[in-house]
Amino acid sequence: MRLLTHNMLSSNIKGVANGFPLRIEVEKVVEKKVDLNADFLRNIFPKIEWKAFAEAARTLGYAELPEDADSSFLDSDDFLDKFHHALLELHLEEGALICPETGRRFPVNKGIPNMLLHEDEV
Amino acid sequence: MWYLCVFYHRLLDYRKAEVESLAELFRVFGDDDGDNKESSSLKWRLPQHHHPDSPFHFVNLPSEDFARNIANRSILVKGIYELWGEGSSYEELEESIRCYPDERKLPYLDSGSTFKITVDCFGKVISFQEQNDRIKGLAYIPFKGRANLRNPDHNFWLMETDDYGTNNGLPPVVQRRIFFGREVGGADRKLLPTYQLKSRTYLGPTAMDAEIAFLMANQALATPGKLVYDPFVGTGSILIAAAHFGAMTMGADIDIRVVRDGRGPDCNVWSNFKQYGLPMPIALLRADNNLPPWRPGLKEIFDAIICDPPYGVRAGGRKSGGRKLLKGTVDPYTVPDDKRTDHIPSTAAYSLVECVHDLLDLAARMIVMGGRLVFFYPVLREDDYVEDHHYPEHPCFKLIAASEQILSSRYSRVLLTMVKIGPYTEEIAEAAQLKHIEFRENHLKWLEDGNLHSAVFSPADPQIAAAGDSSLSREPKPKYRGKYV
Repeated sequence: MRLLTHNMLSSNIKGVANGFPLRIEVEKVVEKKVDLNADFLRNIFPKIEWKAFAEAARTLGYAELPEDADSSFLDSDDFLDKFHHALLELHLEEGALICPETGRRFPVNKGIPNMLLHEDEV
Repeated sequence: MWYLCVFYHRLLDYRKAEVESLAELFRVFGDDDGDNKESSSLKWRLPQHHHPDSPFHFVNLPSEDFARNIANRSILVKGIYELWGEGSSYEELEESIRCYPDERKLPYLDSGSTFKITVDCFGKVISFQEQNDRIKGLAYIPFKGRANLRNPDHNFWLMETDDYGTNNGLPPVVQRRIFFGREVGGADRKLLPTYQLKSRTYLGPTAMDAEIAFLMANQALATPGKLVYDPFVGTGSILIAAAHFGAMTMGADIDIRVVRDGRGPDCNVWSNFKQYGLPMPIALLRADNNLPPWRPGLKEIFDAIICDPPYGVRAGGRKSGGRKLLKGTVDPYTVPDDKRTDHIPSTAAYSLVECVHDLLDLAARMIVMGGRLVFFYPVLREDDYVEDHHYPEHPCFKLIAASEQILSSRYSRVLLTMVKIGPYTEEIAEAAQLKHIEFRENHLKWLEDGNLHSAVFSPADPQIAAAGDSSLSREPKPKYRGKYV
C-alpha cells in the first residue's frame, strides 16, 4: 500500500465521525523505484491532505517532508523528488491501518489493505 | 479535409464511438473549456448507397497528423486514407485519380521513396493474378520510387466493393465502388495477440477480452499522467489496457483472494502487469463499492472510472451485509470480541440496480470534471430492444456513446461512455444517501427486481411465446457472416 492510498482511505464504520487519518501500524516497509511523472504529481498534489501525509511518511521512517506544503513548492525539483518518493515509492507491505476513533484494525497483507467491514459495522 | 476511414468489420457499434473518443483525446476540437462542447463531434459521411454498418466511411479531420494519431491509437480502424480517387468502374477511377491535384500526389511518388500497393476487396477474395492485373492497371499513376513490400515509405490501397451477393451480410451494394488512396495510419492489431487472454498468467471467469479492454481504455481517454480506477478490478484485465496506454491505475475488489493472493506469488494481479512490462497499479485494495472507504472530502481525484460491474449472469455482485440481511432481519450479526481478529465477514447479494446506483454516485463524486465513466450495462434482448433503452442516468453525467455487443439470444451488453458535466453537489449527495438507505431497507425487493440472472436463464415465458406473433414482426438485428457483431 502506497501512502497515496493511505491518504484517500478512512474508516467508514457506521457511526464513526472522524475516521481519517488512519493510524499506521508498521510491520514491514519496502521501497520500490518508480519513474517520476511530474504532471501526475502536480495533478494529485491539491488532493492530498498534507498533514496526514507527512505524518504517515514519518511513521514509515521517512522524515524528509516539510510540515506544511503549498502548491508553490511544486516548482522545486528537490521537493518533487521527496514528494514522489513518499507518495509512490514507499510501500506498507505488512501491517495495519487503525481507525482513530474505535481502534478497529484494518489489516494490510502483501500490500493490500482490507477495508471490508464486519456485519455489525455497516 | 475529408479522409476515407475504413473499419474492421467487427464490433460495429464501437467503431465510430472509438474514433470520436480519440478525436477528443488528441484535441481535434482544440483546447475547449466547456463552451463549445456541444459542437465537438466529428463530421461523418457515407459513400453513396452504403449501409450505415458498411466499413467505408468518410470523416472530416483538420489535418493529417490528427488522422494518423487517431488511426494508430485505434483498435477498429483498418486504415485512414487520403483518397486520391474513386469511381464505379476502373475508367471512372482513372479519371478521378488523374483529376486529383498533382501537388497532393507527386510528393509521394518521387524516385527517392519506396511504396507498396495493396488490393483489398470487401466481401470477396480476389486471386493473386487478379490483384496483379489491377495493380498493373494503375500504370497511369507516375510511380517513380521503388516497390518495397516489407517496409515501404508510402502505402497505397485499392479497395473495392461490388455486388457479390452476400456482401458480408450487409444489404447488397447497388453500385460497384472502387477507392484508391494513400494510407495515413491504421490500428496496431498486433497488440491483440500480445495481450490475448489465453497467454495471460492470471485469469478469472470474467476477465475482459483484450480487444474490448483496449476499446474501453480508449473510450476512457487513458493517457500518461491520468489516474484510472476500476472498482471491480478482479484480475485487472481492464486496467492492463489502460496501463498500456500509459495511465496510472488503481483497483478495488470485494474478493480478497483475487486482489491479494491470486494463485501464488507469480500468478496474481501484479504478475499480470509484470508480464507485459507495464507499471504496477498505484494501488489495489479490498473494498466494498456499496460502502466505499474513501475519506470524507475526497473528491474529483480519478480522471476516469472503467469497469465491468457484476450483473449477475457470469458472476454475481456481493456487498457487505451478511446472512442476517439476506433473511430480512434488521439486526446484524454481532461478532464476538474474541473472534474479531480473523473474522471473515459474510456478504450479501448485490443487485444490479443498486450496484449501478452506487457506481454512478461514486463516479459523480470521484471523477474530475470532464472525466469519463465507462462501464458495461446488460440489456435483455426480449424487450423491444430496437427501441430506445433506458440507460442509467445521473445529473452529473452526459451519455455520449452506447455500443451494443450481443452476447446471446437473450441478452447483450452495452458499453456506456459518460462524461462528467456537472459538479457533485450536496443535494445530489443527499439524494444518493436516501436511495442508499432505501436499498438497505428493501434489500429483498431490489434483489428480485434487479435479478438479471433469472431473466437470462429461466425458460421463456409461455404466455409471451404464445403472443409471439407480434415479436416475430419485430425487425431483427442483422447478422453478418452468420453471426452478430
